Amino acid sequence: MDMRVDNPAFEKSLIDVISQGLPLTGRPYAVIARQLCCSENQVLEVLQRLVQRGDIKRFGVVVRHRKLGYRANGMVVWNIPDEQVSELGSCIGQYDFVTLCYQRPRRLPAWPYNLFSMVHGHDRTEVIKQVDMIVEQCGLQNIEYNILFSGRCFKQRGAHYAEFRKKTEPVSIQHEMAANG
Amino acid sequence: MRQYSQLEQRLLNDFQHSLPLSPTPYADLANELGVEESTVIESLDRLQREGVVSRVGAVFRPNRVGVSTLAAMAVQEEQLESVAEIVSGFEEVNHNYERDHQFNLWFVVTATDAKRLQEVLQEISDRTGHEVMDLPMEQDFFIDLGFDLKWT
Repeated sequence: MDMRVDNPAFEKSLIDVISQGLPLTGRPYAVIARQLCCSENQVLEVLQRLVQRGDIKRFGVVVRHRKLGYRANGMVVWNIPDEQVSELGSCIGQYDFVTLCYQRPRRLPAWPYNLFSMVHGHDRTEVIKQVDMIVEQCGLQNIEYNILFSGRCFKQRGAHYAEFRKKTEPVSIQHEMAANG
Repeated sequence: MRQYSQLEQRLLNDFQHSLPLSPTPYADLANELGVEESTVIESLDRLQREGVVSRVGAVFRPNRVGVSTLAAMAVQEEQLESVAEIVSGFEEVNHNYERDHQFNLWFVVTATDAKRLQEVLQEISDRTGHEVMDLPMEQDFFIDLGFDLKWT
């Protein structure tokens, strides 16, 4: 494979490796560099670029909140007039207890909601309190919404893409907390 | 849930989005926390083995690799478990959850391209005999700054 770092194939291999987590050792990027037959500097350079481009949303310790007692998650769906979606979506997306805030299409008449946000708390009461706070602070008093609490979990794992299937380890691309899509 | 030391609490809370992109990230954290690098590495290793930390690394923008969508189905309660099992059986499905609504089964489907994604949705619909509501992401308003763990 051409190992020039501006090669999209190189980026892809790096994303594949990095998705599995950084090795817990003094020079983790040097370990990754050896796997990809490139230099430590090149690994850091491409990662820097992915961060700048916004392809990497954050780089750090990825925590499983359920294990820390955040057991309730409510998918809060809102029916927001199209012309207000950007403004109100940005308001809802800024809270630290909100993970994921996406606009999605309505499917009328069965499904009138066009904005989806995931709200986490220790229990349902806390989730509801936080939703009340969002409603008040973002001025959503006249917006129709619904909280869909999660029941049974039938399957949960990181995203898994066909071309990586040769590998034994799954590639987890997104937050483990909740559905992204 | 066990008690976490002050060091562990800081590792879990303060570095969700600010791991330095330097050749020696753990030494940098150790420096900031005033401990040895080996202590940081050992603590992270333990938290990872316990499953509290899923990994140290990157969270990617959705659809950066491949395509995905959120899908939902309305299933009668007595059929829910068997339908969910069929859905979970698809390699392309992750995050398959029950939710309390008329649309009570929610799952994420990922595929390498849009054509394959539509094929999988069709296949799920055919195999389960239920209509699948396809809700692809149109715009992302979420600024991922990590999640503030409110230690009490």
